Amino acid sequence: MSANAPLLEVSDLKVSFATEDGTVRAVDGVSFSIRPGEVVAIVGESGSGKSVTAMTLMGLTRGPNARFEGTAMFAGRDLVTAPESELQRIRGGDIAMVFQDPMSSLDPVYRIGNQIVEQIRAHDSHISKAAALDRAVDLMERVGVPHARERLRSYPHEFSGGMRQRVMIAMALSCSPKLLIADEPTTALDVTIQAQILEELRKLRAETGAAIILVTHDLGVVADIADRIVVMYSGRVVEQGTLEELFYDPQHPYTWGLLGSIMRVDSDRSQRLPAIPGSPPSLLRPPAGCHLRPRCPHAFEKCTEVPLLKAGLAAAPEHLDRCWLDREQKLKLRTVDGRIGLAAPSEVNA
Amino acid sequence: MSDDTVAEPPPAEGDRLLEIEHLKVLFPIKSGVIISRAVGYVHAVDDVSFTLHKGETLGVVGESGCGKTTLIRTLVRLIASTGGSIRFRGNDITKAGQKQLAPIRREMQMVFQDPQASLNPRKRVGQIMATPLRQRGVPKAEIEPESRRLFERVGLSPEHLSRYPHEFSGGQRQRIGIARALAMNPLLILLDEPVSALDVSIQAQVINLLGDLQKDLDLSYIFVAHDLSVVRHVSDRIIVMYLGKVMEVSPAEELYSKPIHPYTSALLGAIPLPDPRENKARVRKLVTGEPPNPINPPSGCRFHSRCPRATDVCRTVEPQLSEYARGHLAACHHPQNVAAAEVATARRSESSPLSSGDLAPEQDQASRGSAPASSPD
Repeated sequence: MSANAPLLEVSDLKVSFATEDGTVRAVDGVSFSIRPGEVVAIVGESGSGKSVTAMTLMGLTRGPNARFEGTAMFAGRDLVTAPESELQRIRGGDIAMVFQDPMSSLDPVYRIGNQIVEQIRAHDSHISKAAALDRAVDLMERVGVPHARERLRSYPHEFSGGMRQRVMIAMALSCSPKLLIADEPTTALDVTIQAQILEELRKLRAETGAAIILVTHDLGVVADIADRIVVMYSGRVVEQGTLEELFYDPQHPYTWGLLGSIMRVDSDRSQRLPAIPGSPPSLLRPPAGCHLRPRCPHAFEKCTEVPLLKAGLAAAPEHLDRCWLDREQKLKLRTVDGRIGLAAPSEVNA
Repeated sequence: MSDDTVAEPPPAEGDRLLEIEHLKVLFPIKSGVIISRAVGYVHAVDDVSFTLHKGETLGVVGESGCGKTTLIRTLVRLIASTGGSIRFRGNDITKAGQKQLAPIRREMQMVFQDPQASLNPRKRVGQIMATPLRQRGVPKAEIEPESRRLFERVGLSPEHLSRYPHEFSGGQRQRIGIARALAMNPLLILLDEPVSALDVSIQAQVINLLGDLQKDLDLSYIFVAHDLSVVRHVSDRIIVMYLGKVMEVSPAEELYSKPIHPYTSALLGAIPLPDPRENKARVRKLVTGEPPNPINPPSGCRFHSRCPRATDVCRTVEPQLSEYARGHLAACHHPQNVAAAEVATARRSESSPLSSGDLAPEQDQASRGSAPASSPD
């Protein structure tokens, strides 16, 4: 595999769930790729489909009422249709996952050491228990757990939130994954601990060359660690591009709104924060056309049709967005009070 | 939420809404099956003093377990204090009975972090709104119009009064929580992480709403949050807590431009900036380790076990809260970002913990050689 060939290529992934109230289209046409050693952040609000996308890659959303379309090619296999037995080998092996809440993803009645050893031996049947334990100690030390050998005998409840998340990362690393999927790995943690965990992820990428998919809603975390960003809204990708493109040349009104509503520790304390009006639509009955239309102050007739995800500039073929406005208009509209933001509806329509 | 309070002289005596002196909350750890006795105490709030003025927003920040939630729950007497005093509008309410408390609680309302858990799922929001209105003595006929008015005030559609809480989104539910607090015509609203469960775009809406309400109704807020960027946007003054102790009290703007306590710098430095270029340009020093156990807090300065500037004195003597210019207080033996002259004129604040030593902060250059006094990180 050449260095630039994608490690994972997701194309037109659709996931819907049949519920009593109707079909929920949780993911509606998501495409992106990730190359070895890259950190791709999937950003969006709750209900945007970012976690469902991540979990689908691991085969964790399968069930009698789930329907899938599209493909997710990883090392020549399609993760969407791969049989369960094959996924079992990939999960925790080539692709590992770290979840938001480390307490509910560790088994409370098993010692930490046993949980790590179990995972190592599940993927390598030749390794002896003692050797696996040594490796567990190694892993724990690598992610910064002090007194690793003694702490292997502890139960999850004896660890703090940050330490549990370190254990989760140690487990994820146990089989040297090529791809790590981290779903809000630092959301439940305090800022000082969050900074430490992000540092571990950065080290991991540098040392092992693993690619990371980071699912988050925190743009600070994204700016800190990601190479590329996929912005999701209501099940669809609305914009994707490099970190620089998304932060300094955002093309979709939703991205403007997100960037505009960030509260920062070092900006002027403006009297009012620019907020995106309204709330995200129900996935049961999303609006026709562009899903942002009811909340977007710049919507016009064309927006009742679904815009395609396309590049706005030939020079940046990987900077894609899903909006009907043309580039000229966007550059004009996205500046509100001298910075990027989404205009208040009253200023545009009234 | 006004920026101009920072430069103003401290408000007159009569403007004091809430005065907290040496407040202590200890939770006993019980052991024994038949005769249970306390074998230790969790020092949740350990000798905290501050004053809240009318119309002011006081931010309280700190990591989980620092005692910020316990602090505000104690203020409304949801938790009994172990020591110290709470005065609201001049009246000592530390030991007030339920009867005395009722009218005071009317004037102090709370908004909780999780709007889902703080609304009864089996009642229509109209019923939820009616309860505080009845308490306030609003005549039956006026309850409905008053609820509609409050709903409109917080940006909800009055038609939705007949709905159940689950029919609202998270942001809307938080608005209901705020409307319910307003129903009592309070003077002071205690906000416990009011936006941390909400998405960014919704957070901004709720913060803006709180700002509007404060301006129109002349409310005072105590705003508890772990997110320093949110707190900065709403507060006039900010208290930084660590393991039950006050580390720093500062005018909001100054806390970010001139943090005096190393712990405040550590918190600020840990927040990733939502701007890739600035983020890369910034030199960050990470604090190592985790907050120690509040059952057995470190001696001396509670932060010494994680502090990059700690020396022997920090391990043995609890620092006093020293008062610098503009009412900026910090409890540190080795303050940063202050010139030697400022350190020399700093005096012991009355809100210093009783157990603290009376050592003046050290003038940095002498004891630490080339320690950079100017860099915030």
